Amino acid sequence: MLKISNLHAGIENNEILKGINLEVKAGEVHAIMGPNGSGKSTLASVIAGKEEYEVTEGSVVLEGENLEDSSPEERAHKGIFLSFQYPVEIPGVSVTNFMKTAINEGRKAKGLDDMPAKDMLKMIRDKAELLEIDRKFLSRSLNEGFSGGEKKRNEIFQMAMLEPKLAILDETDSGLDIDALRIVANGVNKLKNKDNAVIVITHYQRLLEYIVPDFVHVLHQGKIVKSGTKELAHELEEKGYDWLKQETAV
Amino acid sequence: MAFENNIDVEHPVHDIRSEAFKNFEEKGFPTKKEEAWKYTSLKSLQKIDFSIFPKEVNALENKQVKKYFLQEIDTFKIVFVDGIYSSFLSETTHDGVDICLMSAALTKPMYKQYIDVYFNKVASKDDSLTTLNTAFSREGAFIYIPKNKMPKKPVEIVHFSTGNEASLMIQPRNLIIAEENAELQVIERHQSLTTNEVLTNVVTEIFAAKNAIIDYYKIQNDAKTASLIDNTYINQKSNSVVKVHTFSFGGKLTRNNLNFYQNGEYIDSTMKGITILGDKQHVDHHTLVHHIEPNCESHQDYKGVYGENSTGVFNGKIIVDKIAQKTNAFQQNNNILISDKATINTKPQLEIFADDVKCSHGCTIGQLDEDALFYLQSRGIPKKEARALLMYAFANNVLESVRISELKTSINRLIAEKLGVRLGFDL
Repeated sequence: MLKISNLHAGIENNEILKGINLEVKAGEVHAIMGPNGSGKSTLASVIAGKEEYEVTEGSVVLEGENLEDSSPEERAHKGIFLSFQYPVEIPGVSVTNFMKTAINEGRKAKGLDDMPAKDMLKMIRDKAELLEIDRKFLSRSLNEGFSGGEKKRNEIFQMAMLEPKLAILDETDSGLDIDALRIVANGVNKLKNKDNAVIVITHYQRLLEYIVPDFVHVLHQGKIVKSGTKELAHELEEKGYDWLKQETAV
Repeated sequence: MAFENNIDVEHPVHDIRSEAFKNFEEKGFPTKKEEAWKYTSLKSLQKIDFSIFPKEVNALENKQVKKYFLQEIDTFKIVFVDGIYSSFLSETTHDGVDICLMSAALTKPMYKQYIDVYFNKVASKDDSLTTLNTAFSREGAFIYIPKNKMPKKPVEIVHFSTGNEASLMIQPRNLIIAEENAELQVIERHQSLTTNEVLTNVVTEIFAAKNAIIDYYKIQNDAKTASLIDNTYINQKSNSVVKVHTFSFGGKLTRNNLNFYQNGEYIDSTMKGITILGDKQHVDHHTLVHHIEPNCESHQDYKGVYGENSTGVFNGKIIVDKIAQKTNAFQQNNNILISDKATINTKPQLEIFADDVKCSHGCTIGQLDEDALFYLQSRGIPKKEARALLMYAFANNVLESVRISELKTSINRLIAEKLGVRLGFDL
C-alpha cells in the first residue's frame, strides 16, 4: 500500500529525515518508535504532505502512485489520514459541520454529490457511538476547550468518518489517561480491517499494548535503525533508548 | 459643490442649519493633514461631481430589493430610494411607539418637544462632515420609544441608490430616542444597486435614557463604487446598555465615526466589528468612548481580515474623566493580513485622568496559522475553503452578541459569500 524509499526531507536546509525506507502492506499495523527529535512527527507530516517540509530525495508512493506533487487535501482524498499530536481549535465551527465539509469535499473530489443529510447524520451517530462520544460533544466548536483526551478521541472519530486507507496516529497516546486510551485504541481496532493499514507513532510502548503492531521500527537521527516485531517494543521499554544511541554511535 | 442654493430658510431648524453650514464653510472637507484623517483620504471623492439632490423619485419593485431585507422575520422598515422616502417599500408605525420619518419629526408640531430636546444635541458641532450633514440633510429615520415600551419587531433602515444620477451624494439624518426602560433593535444598511458613484454622509444621533437597551447593527456590504461616511453619536444615561455591531465587507471607502458619551453611572457601551476586505477597499473605524461618570463599562472588539490591496484603519480612543472612577474599559483589535499588499493601521488612544480604573487594550496583526491550515487540508478540505474556515473562526466570536438569530444567519451568509466559498453548511 505505502512504499517509502530513501526518503530525505527537511526544513530550511536542515535535513531531518535521512534516508527512510518503509513498506506497509494492507492489513498491517506498523509502529514507529524513537526518542524525542528522532524525526517521527516529521515523517508523519511529510507523508501527509505538509508544505513547509521539502523532500530532497526519495519517494512516498501510495498504491503505486508517487505523491510528490499531491497537496495535503489530495492525499486525504487518496486515503491518507493523519491523527494530529496537537489538533487545532476552530471556534465557531461545530464538529458536525466540520465533518460534513470534510466528507463532502472528499466526495466532490471523486465526482460524487454531497452525502444526503440523513445518511450523514446516521453515519455521525454510528461513529460517535463507536468512540463513546456524547451527542452534545458533536455540536461543540471543533477542539475548542476540549480536554487532551477529548481532542484525541475526536481525531479518531474523524478517522472513523473519513475511512482512510492509511491512518497515521501521531503520538495519539500522549495526554491520555488509561480509560481514554482504551476507548481510542478500541476505536482504532474496530476500524482496522484487511484492506487498510495503520502507522502508530509513539514514544512509549503503552499504546502498543492495545493496538498490537505487526512490525516495530526504531527511528533515530532520521533513519530507521532497527526493525522487528512487537517484542522490539518491549525491549525498548525495558532498556530505554540510550542503548540505541550508544549502538549507533559506535 | 453648490449647497447654499438649496437652503430652506423657512425650516424650523434653520438656525441650527445655517450655523452648521458656516462651520463647514470654515473647515471644509477633512484632509490627511488632520491626525484623525491621516490614513483616509477623501481627495478622490471630492473630485467627483456629485448631485446633491436627486431630480426625480425612482420607484423600486419589491422583488428587486427583497434580498437586502431580513427575510425570515418581519420587521418595521424605513426605506429610502436615492435619499427620498419610499412609502411603498416601508412599514412605519405610530402604535405606541413612533417609527417614522425625520422630515415628519422636524415639521409636525407634536414632535417639536423631541426635536427641541434632542436634535443636534449629541452630534458634533464642529466636525466638518457632521456639520455638512446638519446643514443639508433632508430626510432620515425618526424613532421614538416611550418609557417601558419595545417595538414588536426590529427596525430596518435601508437606503437604496438606483444609479439614476451618474454620481449621487446622500446625507441621511437619523434620530433615535429610547426613553427609560425602553428597548429597541435597529439594522441599518446602505445599498447601491448599480456601479454609479455614490457617497453617503450619514449622521445618526441615539439617546438611551435610564435602563434603556439598544442594539444597533450596521451592515456595510455596498457596491465597489459606493462610499460611506458614517457619523454616529450616542448619548447614554445611567444603567443603559447600547451595543453597536458593524459588519464591513463591501464599499469603496468606508469611514465609521462611532462616538459614545456616558452621561450616567453603570452604563454599558459595546462596539463590535467584523471587517473583511479585498480588492482596493478601504475601511476606517474611528471609535470614541468618553467615560464621563464613575462605574461604567465599555467593550470594544474589532476583527479584521484584509486581502488583496485593501487597507484598514482602527483608531480607538478612550477618554476617562477624572471623576469617572471604577471605569472598566476594554479594547481589542485583531487583524489578519492575507495578502502582502494589504495594510492595516491600528492605534489605541487612551486618555485616562482617573486613578482607579481598569483599562486594557490590545491590537494584533498576524497571518493565517499554517499549522491550522495544514490540519484542515489534511482532512480533505481544499486550501481556499480551509483558509475561509480559519478566517471565519478568527472573526466569528463577534457574532455571539448578535441577538437576532436571523440576522446572524444572514451575516454568516454574507461572510461565506465574501470569502467566496460554499462550505456545505450555513456558517
